[in-house]
Amino acid sequence: MLEIQDLHVRFHGVDHEAVRGIDLQVADGEIVGLVGESGSGKTVTAMVIAGLLGASRAEIRGRILLDGADLLRSGVATIREVQGRDICVVFQEPMSAMDPVMRIGPQVEECLRVHTNMKKKERRELALQAMRDADLPNAEELWNKYPHELSGGMLQRVMIAAAILPRPKLLLADEPTTALDVTIQSQILALLKRLSRERGMSVLFISHDLNVVRKLCSRVAVMEKGRIVETADTEQVFYHPHSEYTKRLIAAIPTRRKIHAE
Amino acid sequence: MRRGKRLNATELTGLILTVCMVLLAVMGSIWTPYSPTAMSAAAKFAPPGWLHLFGTDQFGRDIFSRVLCGMRTTVFIALCAVAIGALAGISIGALTGYFGGWADELLMRFNDALTAFPSILLALVFIAVLGFGKYNVILALGVAFIPSFARVSRAEFARHREMTYVKSARLMGASHGRIMFRHILPNTGSVLLPALVIGFNNAVLAEAGMSYLGIGVKAPDVSLGYMLSESQSYMMTAPWYVLCTGLTIVLLILGVSLIGEGLQKRGRA
Repeated sequence: MLEIQDLHVRFHGVDHEAVRGIDLQVADGEIVGLVGESGSGKTVTAMVIAGLLGASRAEIRGRILLDGADLLRSGVATIREVQGRDICVVFQEPMSAMDPVMRIGPQVEECLRVHTNMKKKERRELALQAMRDADLPNAEELWNKYPHELSGGMLQRVMIAAAILPRPKLLLADEPTTALDVTIQSQILALLKRLSRERGMSVLFISHDLNVVRKLCSRVAVMEKGRIVETADTEQVFYHPHSEYTKRLIAAIPTRRKIHAE
Repeated sequence: MRRGKRLNATELTGLILTVCMVLLAVMGSIWTPYSPTAMSAAAKFAPPGWLHLFGTDQFGRDIFSRVLCGMRTTVFIALCAVAIGALAGISIGALTGYFGGWADELLMRFNDALTAFPSILLALVFIAVLGFGKYNVILALGVAFIPSFARVSRAEFARHREMTYVKSARLMGASHGRIMFRHILPNTGSVLLPALVIGFNNAVLAEAGMSYLGIGVKAPDVSLGYMLSESQSYMMTAPWYVLCTGLTIVLLILGVSLIGEGLQKRGRA
């Protein structure tokens, strides 16, 4: 479905590459985790896939195939079609990812307004349905509220509703649970898992939190300094890590014993 | 980000004052106690009284009626000038701030050059080229106001361009125009609104200044600035003339300033 081949990214005015030749595949309906520490290049990778990083800011080489079509070599028109329809993104900070002076409802249905000729009522119905799918049973009530009136967890559900509304093939989730507290975190993870299963939607889940990845993903790619050092099934990565870096990452997960020891 | 909906004391005072002044200005265009141009040799320099609320001027014209008329002209000129300046300035600022690049550099350096001139001087050049009259004053002031609006809105658009909600709108496939005007513009309200209000005040003062210098409106049109410049010759014989005109300008500006100040406080909160 999504296939990244030998992707290199170098920001203009910087000597070294932020992403140094990575290969990654995400199959239909699969949830793949992309983990690594800050600065390892995982967010840059996501930005390139989403089309948020243009040639004006960075030199990008390699191929990103979505169902066989190369996103890097298609024209602007195709990219705009793909963005917001086939690939949708959920960001880390739901509060800042929403327009603070626009009501919730119009923001959720925005991509339908842009990509389709649906009537207002149809759009509203679909958007409300997506919100209910994203565990927001009181969608009608939320429709006319502003982002500051909602909690972080609710906002993240709203963002997820907006992202799944056009029924994308791929959902890019860039640390969607990092800004949330632990109970909400697990609810959001369960939600993503259910949506992926119900809709056959692939998810590329970017995180630095191995515990979160372990709960959600079937496969994990570990990034270090712009390279993927290990790709394997989640359990294998956790129990039989290959690379030194992965071993150190796993050793860095705080456990009760370690915390008591300190 | 939560902002109170209730007006604070500053805004309330300003609002009441402004509404009163605007009502008077509107009244001036419908009804005045006397014709603003009717002369009366018998009533030259009559002091304020029941017959003439603000007294009369050197031709025996009723100052209150003239103040009402003048206020209408002044408010009209200020509103139009701000509208021109804001429309052009915010459009330029939006485009340059949002897109950046060399066009941004070029326009902003040009803007710096324009800012180097005092706006009244710039307006003076315009009048010299275009000639006198109410509409030329509007045009001159409007153009003179473009740089400041462009600067303020450019900074805001450049700041918001990098925010996640803009990226997210972009990802949903929203066009540049839609992002600029549907998403960013409403978010810049807390900065642009006070700028508009302050701009209005500056326009009132600039109009008064221009008329005072004799490059503003021409008779039979009457504006507050025009009256002020006329009244200074009779400051000793008819002090009510200059006082009533000057106080009207002060009250008009005070009201609007208070609103502006209240809005700014709100933006900071």
